[in-house]
Amino acid sequence: MTSTEPRSTEARSAPIRSRRFAFMDRGNVNLDGFAEPDAALGLTAFASPFDPEPEIEVRDGVVVRMDGRAAEEFDTIDAFVATHGIDVTVAEEAMAIPDQELARMLVDTRVPREEIVRISAGLTPAKMSRVMAGLQPVELQFAITKMRVRATPANQAHVTNRMDDPLLVAADAATAVAFGFRELEATVPVLADAPAVAMALLIGSQVPSAGALTQCSVEEAMELEMGMRGLVSYAETVSLYGTESVFLDGDDTPWSKAFLVSAYASRGIKMRVSSGAGAEALMGEAERRSMSYLEARCVSLARALGAQGVQNGGIDGASVAASVPMGVRELLSENLMVMMRNLESCSGNDTLMSESHVRRTSRTLPLFLAGSDFIFSGFGSIPRYDNMFGPSNFNAEDLDDYLVMQRDWGVDGGARSASEEEVLRLRRRAAEATRAVFRHLGLADFSDEHLESVVTAEGSKDLAEPQPLGVLHAARMIHELGLTALDVVAALDESGFTDEAERVLGMMRARVEGDYLQTAAIFDEEMQVLSALTDPNHYAGPGTGYRAPADRQAEIDSIRQARSVAELVTEQRDHEVPGAFEEQGTAAPGTRPDEVVIGVSPALGRTLHRTLSGLTVHEVLEELAAGLEEEGCSARVVRVNSSLDLGWIGLTAARLAGSGIGLGLQAKGTALIHRRDLAPLANLELFSVAPLVTREMYRTLGINAGRHAKGATPEPVRNAYSDEAITARYHTRVIAMITKERELCVPGKPPTELRWHR
Amino acid sequence: MRAREAPHRAPVAPVKPHALSGRPVEQLDLDRLRDGELGTEDIRISAETLTHQAEQAERAGNPQLAESLRRGAEMTALGDDELMRMYDALRPRRSTVEELTVLAADLADRGMPRCAALVREAAEIYARRGLTP
Repeated sequence: MTSTEPRSTEARSAPIRSRRFAFMDRGNVNLDGFAEPDAALGLTAFASPFDPEPEIEVRDGVVVRMDGRAAEEFDTIDAFVATHGIDVTVAEEAMAIPDQELARMLVDTRVPREEIVRISAGLTPAKMSRVMAGLQPVELQFAITKMRVRATPANQAHVTNRMDDPLLVAADAATAVAFGFRELEATVPVLADAPAVAMALLIGSQVPSAGALTQCSVEEAMELEMGMRGLVSYAETVSLYGTESVFLDGDDTPWSKAFLVSAYASRGIKMRVSSGAGAEALMGEAERRSMSYLEARCVSLARALGAQGVQNGGIDGASVAASVPMGVRELLSENLMVMMRNLESCSGNDTLMSESHVRRTSRTLPLFLAGSDFIFSGFGSIPRYDNMFGPSNFNAEDLDDYLVMQRDWGVDGGARSASEEEVLRLRRRAAEATRAVFRHLGLADFSDEHLESVVTAEGSKDLAEPQPLGVLHAARMIHELGLTALDVVAALDESGFTDEAERVLGMMRARVEGDYLQTAAIFDEEMQVLSALTDPNHYAGPGTGYRAPADRQAEIDSIRQARSVAELVTEQRDHEVPGAFEEQGTAAPGTRPDEVVIGVSPALGRTLHRTLSGLTVHEVLEELAAGLEEEGCSARVVRVNSSLDLGWIGLTAARLAGSGIGLGLQAKGTALIHRRDLAPLANLELFSVAPLVTREMYRTLGINAGRHAKGATPEPVRNAYSDEAITARYHTRVIAMITKERELCVPGKPPTELRWHR
Repeated sequence: MRAREAPHRAPVAPVKPHALSGRPVEQLDLDRLRDGELGTEDIRISAETLTHQAEQAERAGNPQLAESLRRGAEMTALGDDELMRMYDALRPRRSTVEELTVLAADLADRGMPRCAALVREAAEIYARRGLTP
């Protein structure tokens, strides 16, 4: 502020600033970048003026014209999609349906999923994009619930660390599986470390239970090599782009990608492709198209290539999409396009798209509620700093929030709670198994101290002895010796980890059987394949589709933080002072004008001993009495038996007091001053927010009661105030305490005199 | 993730799939591994199994996935290095039309008609779009 400066010319004066705006400027959301839409730069979510008009022309079973181009003008993406990705038997029928009619079919429960899939097979990319543009967020959600391929939702986790430490990778893999993740994706800051990380990930992933799929995302040749050796079971970093120039910059063509897709299949490795808005704009080659149209091309190409699934929803470019109007809606619609083409959706949410917790939650919530084959294509199961993909939109820091979100909405988000004891046990087992394998195969040795630090670590910053060179050496050995999953199985077996050996071998059997090459396949913990074939989504409106089985619903409902009334009351017992209160006979009215009665609630000092602020009931009474005594008043304590209502307790006390002034106190710490001639719900002073009342405040309340008794008018004590979520924190405890008060409440029973041994 | 109620359709594995080596999958057990009987060919998927999976995918309405799995079935005959070399050959500006044509013919001769067709198609469009060296 410049108010103390002399007024000067307008040119020199600082602009007047609103403190309110300055305060808003400091909000985290204002660290995010927001772009004016600019079609020329590819910065439009939907419907760029340069997007082509949807059209198709089929002659003799061949697409000769599509989305503004004749066959001889097709670029490589058009050509591959037109040749392999369009069902020419339905194309003309599908393309004749108005955009809005198609959009309505998506949210019409009388139009079955299969019919949408049949029609969608004949849609061109421009038409798909138009349909997406016509759907509002809730309609997108509804369509996703209906269209996703697999009935059972699942989730993928990122498992990485800054040091590529194999024991930590294994322990974190086991942790992720314990929390319910069914695909684990690693990557490495040092490329050559990849085989060691892949091996550790494989071992750790099979420690809690069977069947989690693993991948190590690196460049294609090494990834395929690790897959060929059985060290990883799936791949998803096969990137597609929506413009030819960016595609070629990625050093691939649709034909080389198609070859690669089949190459993975030939080795029994599950794979999906990756795309997502923003990549083309980031490369400066969006050809003025909308993000939605370019992604529609990617999705059409994915189907044409014969990939079983797509990772999209922005991915690395999520923040680019989010910088323009309706960008987050566009991200959600990308997932729906994949589902309409009957492909597995691995649905993004894997890039921290905002510094604002509100905004990043807003980005993920709609898909989380709708459900997907994989809600995150990488929930960061490790702390943000250890995520070598960069932080995900949700990370280990948010895991408890996510579990509570599942519980709040009663939604299966593919995660579950795990106890601290269980996670510690699994981490130890995973780290020990991995150490044994690395030792047995002569790759590396890890000290006890290192292992112990891994077991209890939050992340790699807690590791006792990181050995970057040792990891590199181990990885080279795996590579040069050509070690395979069978070597891992043998090493586990010979080191006494028979269960883990069986499970890794089970993954090899699964690879030979190949059922997990089908669309949207995962394994459950009994190695049953859940896929488009075995667990298809049949949603057709309320009362249909996936409902969590009872045991799964119990997992969703039970979070480790939940407390029963019994547990909360048990905590109270630790604060009991036996013999502190002696119940005397019925309390009689007092006559001394300096006497103030403190009325206490039915359970105070009997089953309840500690107030919500953490003070014991004795400490509170001590302060009230001391305050009264400071004013020369005497305190008498009376138990009100007939009511737990604080107003009645205080009024009852006031009517018994020689001074006509009473203090009321509930066991949870709520307190007031009452006077005998007031209505029950009126009072002189009230502390309503018990968790925030301090000793000093109780003391002052006692002093003020004393002053009222002497006929003075004291300045009321200010009620404590907090901007924290006080009710969220204490309401469950309040209910437990009120329940105990109610148990000991005896309607009609007169108040009793208490002898209080201070 | 847990097993749910009975799946709508039965699992689709062939009755007794066998590995690329010919070994039946149920023989992939710890006893045989301890006896040194199992090798890398025993943990590789066979062309027959991929073809079977392709039929399943086709029946489920995804002919493109079926085609990819059938190409994969053909590729089981290719060694790892050879597979990677062919992939490289298909990348932009790596191969002339003639080289791709020769590769396609070679694949066709070796009983890989689907891979051959993919390479032939690439040769044609690479020429038109200037993706040859």
